[in-house]
Amino acid sequence: MFESLSERLGHAVRQVTGRGRITDDNVRDTVRQIRMALLEADVALPVVRTLVERVRERASGREVARSLNPGQVFVRIVHDEIVTILGGDAQPIAAKGRPSVLMLVGLQGAGKTTTAGKLVPMLARGSNGEILLVSTDVYRPAAREQLGRLAGQLGAGFFEPERSDPAAIAAEARAEAVRRGCRWLILDTAGRLHIDEALMAEAGSIHSAVEPAETLFVLDAMAGQDAVNSARAFNDALPLTGVILTKADGDARGGAALSVREVTGLPIKLLGTGEKLDALEPFVPERFASRILGMGDVIGLVEQVESRVDRESVERVARKVKRGRELNLVDFRAQLEQLSNLGGLDSVLDKLPGIKPGALAATGFDDRVVRRQMALIDSMTPRERRYPAIIDGSRKRRIAAGAGLAVQDVSRLLKQHRRLAKAMKQAARGGMERMLAQAQRGRGGHWQR
Amino acid sequence: MLSGSTSEGDSGFFGRLRSRLNRGRAWLAGDLAGLFAGGIDAETLEALETELLLADVGVEATQALVDALQRSTKNGEDAVEALRGKVLELLDPLARPLDIPNGAKPFVILAVGVNGTGKTTTVGKLAHRFVAEGRSVVIAAADTFRAAAVEQLAEWGRRAGATVVSQADRADPAAVVHDALATARARGADVVIADTAGRLHSDAGLMDELAKIHRVVSRFDTQAPHETLLVLDASQGQNALVQAERFNDRLGVTGLAITKLDGTARGGIVIAIARRLALPIRFVAIGEAIEDFAVFSAGEFTDALIGDRAA
Repeated sequence: MFESLSERLGHAVRQVTGRGRITDDNVRDTVRQIRMALLEADVALPVVRTLVERVRERASGREVARSLNPGQVFVRIVHDEIVTILGGDAQPIAAKGRPSVLMLVGLQGAGKTTTAGKLVPMLARGSNGEILLVSTDVYRPAAREQLGRLAGQLGAGFFEPERSDPAAIAAEARAEAVRRGCRWLILDTAGRLHIDEALMAEAGSIHSAVEPAETLFVLDAMAGQDAVNSARAFNDALPLTGVILTKADGDARGGAALSVREVTGLPIKLLGTGEKLDALEPFVPERFASRILGMGDVIGLVEQVESRVDRESVERVARKVKRGRELNLVDFRAQLEQLSNLGGLDSVLDKLPGIKPGALAATGFDDRVVRRQMALIDSMTPRERRYPAIIDGSRKRRIAAGAGLAVQDVSRLLKQHRRLAKAMKQAARGGMERMLAQAQRGRGGHWQR
Repeated sequence: MLSGSTSEGDSGFFGRLRSRLNRGRAWLAGDLAGLFAGGIDAETLEALETELLLADVGVEATQALVDALQRSTKNGEDAVEALRGKVLELLDPLARPLDIPNGAKPFVILAVGVNGTGKTTTVGKLAHRFVAEGRSVVIAAADTFRAAAVEQLAEWGRRAGATVVSQADRADPAAVVHDALATARARGADVVIADTAGRLHSDAGLMDELAKIHRVVSRFDTQAPHETLLVLDASQGQNALVQAERFNDRLGVTGLAITKLDGTARGGIVIAIARRLALPIRFVAIGEAIEDFAVFSAGEFTDALIGDRAA
C-alpha cells in the first residue's frame, strides 16, 4: 500500500533525468522522497535524518552527476548506507560456558516464547547435548505451559520451577542445567515495558543470577517509531548482545530493525520468518536493506525455491511427460502443491521487485484458486484422480459438495487439467512451438474463477 | 448496553491513559506550546510535523494535519486549539461504542489480528466487562495453534466467570467456534466471544482459515458475527494500517480494539487509521490488568494526546 522507495524516486528522478543535470533543487526533492519512504518503513525519525544527511552529501558529489541513471544511483546510495548501518555478515549465536545461557527479553507480544522454541532446532543442528528451556514469566496466564508444550514438541528439556520468584527460577534452572550437563539453557522472560521500573529491575536480577552468554532483545518487525526508545532502555538496563527480529514474514518493511541497530549498535542476529518451529533464519543485511526500500528480495526467493521445492516430484512429472504419458490429476495436484510450498503465489510475487501488491488479484488467479483446486482434487477418489475421464455429472456433484464448492468449479478444474495435459503431450511429441502458441492464445481466459 | 458515557471508572482510566501516554506532561502541548506561543511559522510547522511522525501518525496523515493547521492559523486561530479541533474531527466519528441490542442472542464477537497484539487478553477483559454488566458469556478458544493458548484463555474465563469452550490442540478452529455457538444457544447465553489464532494478514492460507470461521458463524446466524473486532497493537508502526485494510477487505471488520497504549509509543497510528478507514474504535487498553481497558472516547483520547483545554 505504501509506495516503495523506487516508486517514489521514480517521480523525483524523472525530473532529474529530464533536465539531464542534477541540481541542488532536484536533489532536495529526491532526498525528501527518500525521507518519506524511510518513515513509511517505520525507520525512526532521528535515524532517517542521519541517513538522509549522508545520502545528500554523497549525492551532491560527482558520483551522481557522472551517472547515466541518477535514479538508480540514488537508490544504490541509500541501499549502501542502510547496509552499512545494518552491519557486515550475519552473526551466529555465541556459546560461552556450559551451559551457555541465552536470555530473551522484550515487550509483550514480541514473540519471545515462540522464539525460545524456534532456537531449539537451530541450536541442536549446530551442537550436541541437551537443551533446557525455562520460563520466568510468572505473570501471563499459561505462559509457562506454552513453553513447556513447545519443549515437549521439540524434544527439549523443560525446567519446572518450585519457586515463584523469577530470578530464583532462573538460578535453579541454571543449577539444573549444570547438573544435567546441558549444552544450552534458553531462558524466556515475561514481556515488559521499558518504562516499568520494577520489571526492568527484575530483568536485571534475572540476568545477574545466570550471567547469560547472550542476552537477546526480541523485536517485532512491525514495531513503530518507539522501538528505538524501548531498545535503548533495555540496552541501558541489561548488557544486551543482539537482536532477534520476529514476524519478518509479513509485509512490514521492518525499518525498526535499522533504527535499533543504528541507535544501540547491537547486531541483528536472527529473523523469525513463519509460524513453524523451524522458521528462524540468519539475518542478511543486504537482503534486508532491499526489503526496507521495497526493492524485493530476489535472493530470498531463490533460496526459498531451492529449499522448499520437492525436486523429486518435479522430476517425476517431467519423466512422465517425456515418456508421452498423460498427466493425471495426481500430477496436477503435485504441481499445485509445489506452488503452495513456496508460501503461495503472493509470497513469491512479494519478493519480486517491481510487482505491485494487487497485481495478482488482477489476473484472477490467486492462492485461493490454487487451494480450491487442491481441495477439489482431494475430494476425489484415487480412481478419479488417475482417470479423470470417468468423472460424470453425478461424480462432479459429489466432488463439489465434498470440497464445499460449486459443480462449475469442478468442470473448470477438469477443463484446465485437460488443456494442460494436452499441452504436455504435444510438448512431448516435440510440438514445443505449438504448445507455446496455444499457451499464448489461452492466456487471460485460463485462470479466471 | 455498553455505556459510552464517561463513568467514574472511565475517567479514572483516561486519567491513567493521559499519564501513561504523556508520562506526566501533555504531548504536543508540552512539546510545542512554547513554539506555538510565538505564532506559527515554517519552523513551528516542521516541529509539529516531527512530533506527529514520532508518534506514528504516518506521512500522509501528518501532512494533512500540518496543511490543515497552516490554513486555519492563517485566520488567527490558536495553534494548539486548531490542532485539537483537527484531531477531534478525525476521531469523533469513530467513537462508536459497541452496542449489544436485546434481539441478538447470542451476540457473537469474532476477535482477530496479527500475532502478539493482545487478542487473548482483550477477549478476557471483554468477557469480564460483559459478565460485570450481568450478561452470560461463552468464550470460544479458537486459537488451536499456539501452545497453551487454551490454558491462557481458561484462566481468563475463570477470572471473568465465563464459560470457555475448547477442543484438543490443532483442532479445526471453525469447529471450536461452532461448538461454542451451539453451547451458547443451548444455555441461552447472551454473548459469544471467539478468540482466534494470531495470523499475519499477508498469509493467504491463514486468512482463508479465518474467512472459513467467519462463514461458519454466519451459517449459524445470518446476522453473526455481529462484531468482527480487529485487535491492533499501538506500539506497531505503519503496518497496523495495512493490517486494518487487509483484515477489513477480507472479513469486513466492524470495530477496532487498540492495545498497549501504555508504552511510550503515542498511538498516533489511531489518527492514521481514522484518516484512511472509517472503522469504529470500540476499546482502548493501557495495560494487562482487567481495569486497564475502556470504551474509546474521542475527546478524552484527544485530550490525553494533546493536553486538555484547561492546560
